[in-house]
Amino acid sequence: MSRKLEFIVLAILLIFTAQFFYISSTTHAEYSGADDKPAGVIEQITGGTYKPIAEPIWEPPSGEIESLLFGLQAAFGAGIIGYFLGYYRAKKNYENELGCKTKSKPEKQSL
Amino acid sequence: MEGFLPAIWCAVWFVLSIPAIAFGIYKLNKLVKEKREILPLLAVAGAFIFVLSSLKMPSVTGSCSHPTGTGIAAIMFGPAITAVLSIIVLIYQALFLAHGGLTTLGANVFSMGIVGPVVSYLIYKAGMKAKLNFYFVVFLAATLGDWTTYIVTSTELALAFPAGGVLTFGAFLSSFGKFVAIFAITQVPLAIIEGAVSALLFKYVVEVKSDILIEMKVIGEPLVRKLRGLSA
Repeated sequence: MSRKLEFIVLAILLIFTAQFFYISSTTHAEYSGADDKPAGVIEQITGGTYKPIAEPIWEPPSGEIESLLFGLQAAFGAGIIGYFLGYYRAKKNYENELGCKTKSKPEKQSL
Repeated sequence: MEGFLPAIWCAVWFVLSIPAIAFGIYKLNKLVKEKREILPLLAVAGAFIFVLSSLKMPSVTGSCSHPTGTGIAAIMFGPAITAVLSIIVLIYQALFLAHGGLTTLGANVFSMGIVGPVVSYLIYKAGMKAKLNFYFVVFLAATLGDWTTYIVTSTELALAFPAGGVLTFGAFLSSFGKFVAIFAITQVPLAIIEGAVSALLFKYVVEVKSDILIEMKVIGEPLVRKLRGLSA
């Protein structure tokens, strides 16, 4: 099985990591969220006259809780992806081994 | 961000997004009714958006941002269905993470769920037509879709907050420059990572479940044979 794509992706991730270590050790970057920065620009453009028209209904009480909820979101997604890829892979392996389709579905043309 | 668009602009983006969402729900119902076997793949595409949009990553500009993850869904199911998947994630983040927001939901769906995926979809179709390397096309589609999302966000902000308060083309451009400066560069490395990971996930889907992709006419059978030949 060719792993060319995996190596390319790994290389990209390594370059990204190197970039992070380089920037974080050579500058005093705060690594705050870019999503929150427009608020500052809006204040600057409008001269501080703009007041948000709404507040979030609920905010995570702390950074830890926020991380927890983001972590849950990622874990939930990763679980689903892993489950179905694993399910299909095993299904395909058994089908190949037994030489038959495990599910009755309209047989068109097998690959 | 909650409350950070004036009411009139919140309304504008809702009005533009709602038809796309409605069309997406219609398409989704139709697809699921006709082909129930696509449900797991739909779950995978949605889950990918969940994972990628939760990852705030440090970028070269010294600030953090997150990818969108919509490329895979856009390629497999088209932009309309992707808009529906995106709104689920956006509502989750607005309710539980104070991230995004309900008033700005229309604007966020428009950038992340509609324009970004449309760009991904078009690039995918064009790339396939040009017979470029399949995984490279997926990479390009996902990368540029991600990046476009943030360009649209900057546009939305600049339209709502033109320099000097009056919306003229010059004022728009001036504000756009400021907003795009926050996102454009920050997002480049993240978009590249999103593209790379999307290509990888696509490879695994092709390996284990290519029959559905062929049935949905995402890719042709000869190409699957070729990709399998290369990776088998």
